[in-house]
Amino acid sequence: MTGTNHGISAPGISSAANGVTPGMHPAVDPDIDAASSSAPGGLVKSVVALDRVVIRLAGDSGDGMQLTGGRFTSETASFGNDLSTLPNFPAEIRAPTGTLPGVSSFQLHFADHDIMTPGDAPDVLVVMNPAALKANLVDLPGGGLLIADSDEFTPRNLAKVGYASNPLEDGSLEKWQLVSVPLTSMTTDALADSGLGKKEAERSKNMFTLGLLSWMYHRPTEGTIRFLERQFRRKPQIAAANIAAFRAGFNYGETTEAFAVSYEVKPAPMAPGKYRHISGNQALSYGLVAAGQRSGLPVFLGAYPITPASDILHELSKHKAYGVRTFQAEDEIAGIGAALGASFGGALGVTTTSGPGVALKAETIGLAVMTELPLLIIDVQRGGPSTGLPTKTEQSDLLQALYGRNGEAPVPVIAPRSPGDCFDATLEAARIALTYRTPVILLSDGYLANGAEPWSIPAADELPDLRTEFATEPNGEDGEFLPYLRDPETLARPWAVPGTAGLQHRIGGLEKADKTGNISYDPANHDFMTRTRQAKVDGIAASIPATEVDDPNGDARVAVIGWGSTYGPIGAACRRIRASGRSIAQVHLRHLNPLPADLGEILARYDRVVCPEMNLGQLAMVLRAKYLVDVHSHTQVRGLPFRAAELAAVFQDVIDGTTGTVATLDTGSDTPAQTGAAL
Amino acid sequence: MTAIESTNAHVHDLGMPAGGPDVTTIAGAIDASVAANGEKQTTLKAKDLKTDQEVRWCPGCGDYVILNAVQSFLPSLGIAREDMVIVSGIGCSSRFPYYMNTYGMHSIHGRAPAIATGLAASRPDLSVWVVTGDGDALSIGGNHLIHTLRRNVNLTILLFNNRIYGLTKGQYSPTSEVGKVTKSTPMGSIDAPFNPVSLALGADATFVGRAMDSDRKGLTDVLRQAAEHQGTSLVEIYQNCNIFNDGAFELLKDPATGPMWTIPLVHGEPLVFGPGGASCVVRDDFGGLRIAETNQVDASQIVVHDAHREDPSYAFALSRLSSQDLRYSPMGVFRSVAKPTYDRMMADQLEDAAAQEPADLDALLAGGDSWTVS
Ligand SMILES: Cc1ncc(C[n+]2csc(CCOP(=O)(O)OP(=O)(O)O)c2C)c(N)n1
Ligand code: SF4
Ligand SMILES: [Mg+2]
Repeated sequence: MTGTNHGISAPGISSAANGVTPGMHPAVDPDIDAASSSAPGGLVKSVVALDRVVIRLAGDSGDGMQLTGGRFTSETASFGNDLSTLPNFPAEIRAPTGTLPGVSSFQLHFADHDIMTPGDAPDVLVVMNPAALKANLVDLPGGGLLIADSDEFTPRNLAKVGYASNPLEDGSLEKWQLVSVPLTSMTTDALADSGLGKKEAERSKNMFTLGLLSWMYHRPTEGTIRFLERQFRRKPQIAAANIAAFRAGFNYGETTEAFAVSYEVKPAPMAPGKYRHISGNQALSYGLVAAGQRSGLPVFLGAYPITPASDILHELSKHKAYGVRTFQAEDEIAGIGAALGASFGGALGVTTTSGPGVALKAETIGLAVMTELPLLIIDVQRGGPSTGLPTKTEQSDLLQALYGRNGEAPVPVIAPRSPGDCFDATLEAARIALTYRTPVILLSDGYLANGAEPWSIPAADELPDLRTEFATEPNGEDGEFLPYLRDPETLARPWAVPGTAGLQHRIGGLEKADKTGNISYDPANHDFMTRTRQAKVDGIAASIPATEVDDPNGDARVAVIGWGSTYGPIGAACRRIRASGRSIAQVHLRHLNPLPADLGEILARYDRVVCPEMNLGQLAMVLRAKYLVDVHSHTQVRGLPFRAAELAAVFQDVIDGTTGTVATLDTGSDTPAQTGAAL
Repeated sequence: MTAIESTNAHVHDLGMPAGGPDVTTIAGAIDASVAANGEKQTTLKAKDLKTDQEVRWCPGCGDYVILNAVQSFLPSLGIAREDMVIVSGIGCSSRFPYYMNTYGMHSIHGRAPAIATGLAASRPDLSVWVVTGDGDALSIGGNHLIHTLRRNVNLTILLFNNRIYGLTKGQYSPTSEVGKVTKSTPMGSIDAPFNPVSLALGADATFVGRAMDSDRKGLTDVLRQAAEHQGTSLVEIYQNCNIFNDGAFELLKDPATGPMWTIPLVHGEPLVFGPGGASCVVRDDFGGLRIAETNQVDASQIVVHDAHREDPSYAFALSRLSSQDLRYSPMGVFRSVAKPTYDRMMADQLEDAAAQEPADLDALLAGGDSWTVS
């Protein structure tokens, strides 16, 4: 499509008031590898190579920023960059248009090398209205590129968010490279012949913007065109309009004087293989389908819709061909109840929810502990307590997962570390549930759920073999069936499914007598069974591989320990520390219960242990209690992931506190490979 | 009835769609063991359904008679013991599964319908029963009950209504009459009770019946129809708690008063009752029903019971004839209509999906937007 000039005029383009050459990329001091190219119309444009870029798109909830961001991500993934994304949207579906609560944003970090986070701060901020500007400008470092839809900066919209004068014109944005572009009117102009009304045509402005960004960053465009054709299969007129707007945006970039430079971010070197990009919820859903296939068991999902977990219910509902049953229950309790009922019948029972749902399911999780049936409880954590911050991320359900039940009710808990890792973590949760006949809680979170990254596609037949055996014969000495006679190694009890002749038995929530499973109120038996259930869960540690300690220099005296989605920011911060010449060891836990057998010994090796968490120190408390280690807890509950630079500063303080050295830290980037001083 | 059909088929349908992925299903292992055991044992006696567990209800409790009635009648269904599952909640009544030599789960308070739904929806080959109490089903578990009924999962729910919380020692329940004096209501309860049959019909239950614990014949008759019904059946069983609410149903049980206040429901028969058929049910002027004296109305005005009416409002009107003191209690099957069952429709969707696009995990994982790095 390059070169197809739709003859878009660019009325009213104001270049930056501050005299910075528009299009000079901010934030990154590029390896200038500029080449010149000649665009149609005789404009001379240069191409600048960058090693990484962070873009944030912000607009009203109705402006389609998530969709635009998702498409840009797909283009970027298929181009071969490493990437990481951070969608950030309000809980309201459509807060009043143009207001601060209605602002939705999508941040994407992409690079020619391996990166770990969606970026601390954007290099480029695109704002579709004054509210988006107001809500996001604080995060844009000075000198950053700011693209604004000038059409939306009307007196009314400005007044809605309390701007007395138009910031695009009053010089208040001098610190940044401002490019005002009438995105809305250029979109409607481009669609003048589309037959769509003005309001409808305006809705394609996100595609115009995507087209412009696609030109700026040399993104492949075929995927988006195919996507739009597919998406609006039944509405060809809308498909055509969106495609036209997308192309018009691209061509506008090529022809306008407002953008003199475009940027190239080369593909990142990745291990050979087949890749796709994947979000955490998608990876988790595929993990469940795969667990069903690899165990040979039908999957039964009982769920009640809740943000940010609902997408798993949606995704699994599409995969009935794989023997997956999805049951949208009347409430959270019915969701887990039905899943447990299905497990009793020989299915892999699963329930998906977020923190408030886990609170409601607690009693049934206890029943699963008592009946010793396999069951997966997926908690996609969000900000709490109560309804909290439904669309934001937090790690504050750890203690609820570990201890949030009546009685001594041990439950294995595991957590994925990245969107793609949600797949492997789900298979691991299924392995534990099936091998040990126990409920397992998987703690994902909003950041993992909605964030995306490139994912190396595994071969189905190389995934773990999860086949398990049902009891088929009586196991007692007198030919009777003993439902609580345990496997000596795993302490798992036999799983005898209804329909198996001769193995009829009754289970339930009342305390069971050892072996027979009959109701027992005997004091010694209760003590024994309580300890046995605990020992079974503790024993899982024997099946966990040795803990990986990432300390490339091998001489670290400070270790940082984390769990779940903080892996990226912690890892990025550790790279910065190492780039500044210091050493730090990184330990990241997948298994939170039981903890790995070697963990105590590992932690004891270091002078200081730092534990960053998006809660008020829940893992730190557990580690202190269990290992008597003086863990330094660093916490944040802003509903957003940690920034790598902030963590690096914390780590530096701890290291310098132990060693007494003071050196300046380059907070530039995720990786030592980064050149220049990025912000 | 699916469960009966499957008893001869020797297939334990673990719910994987036919033509699914090529994995060694464990269902296959079960089939093998079942086949090794030969024919399913479907000719049972009542004693085959008893367990070695000591029954722990209070002596004289109505639950005993219900247990005996169920154990005597179940063999007539021709279902093997291993194909029956009884799921209960919490309460005196919910101890039921321990005394039945079938598969069973004594679960948590109020949740039995939800648990049974997951089991029945994923194992349509089983005969799944729920045993619950008035507190279990209508207080803490009320939500699950109504949703289970509207979904029409293939389940039979036995609601033991003793109009009291037995296990927690005698508080009033959501079916207790207004003014009930209990430990928690020393001045009498002030909230109006549910009529479980009305509630179930309000949820559009496809099968609703009512029976008396001590009426072996009537109870068996309703239970048989409930078991044979495809979909969710609710049977309210009036059950005497001789410790905390003794004599709650005496008005209906006493041979002197029972016939006067009991309206036997027989499909296709006119609703005439009372000593000498003195009373009958006729339509009122507002589309509902009322009680009349038989000799005061024309025979053509007497309602002929039709349990198969699509519209639940007739059955609902029947349920409203009785007052909270149990006068004019219809006993028998109020409603029995055919509707597709949830488990069957779910299984159909799985089969349709598998027929359209066979499972291919590698293709699923790769998706439509992959790229290769070489
Ligand atoms: C979560 C929870 N809350 C309260 C209880 C206490 N409890 C046990 S049984 C019951 C009421 C039972 O009444 P009903 O269902 O009528 O059964 P019945 O004993 O009369 O047969 C209550 C309140 C419980 N077991 N679990
Ligand atoms: S308390 Fe009542 S319902 Fe419970 S066992 Fe005793 S008599 Fe039966
Ligand atoms: Mg009761």
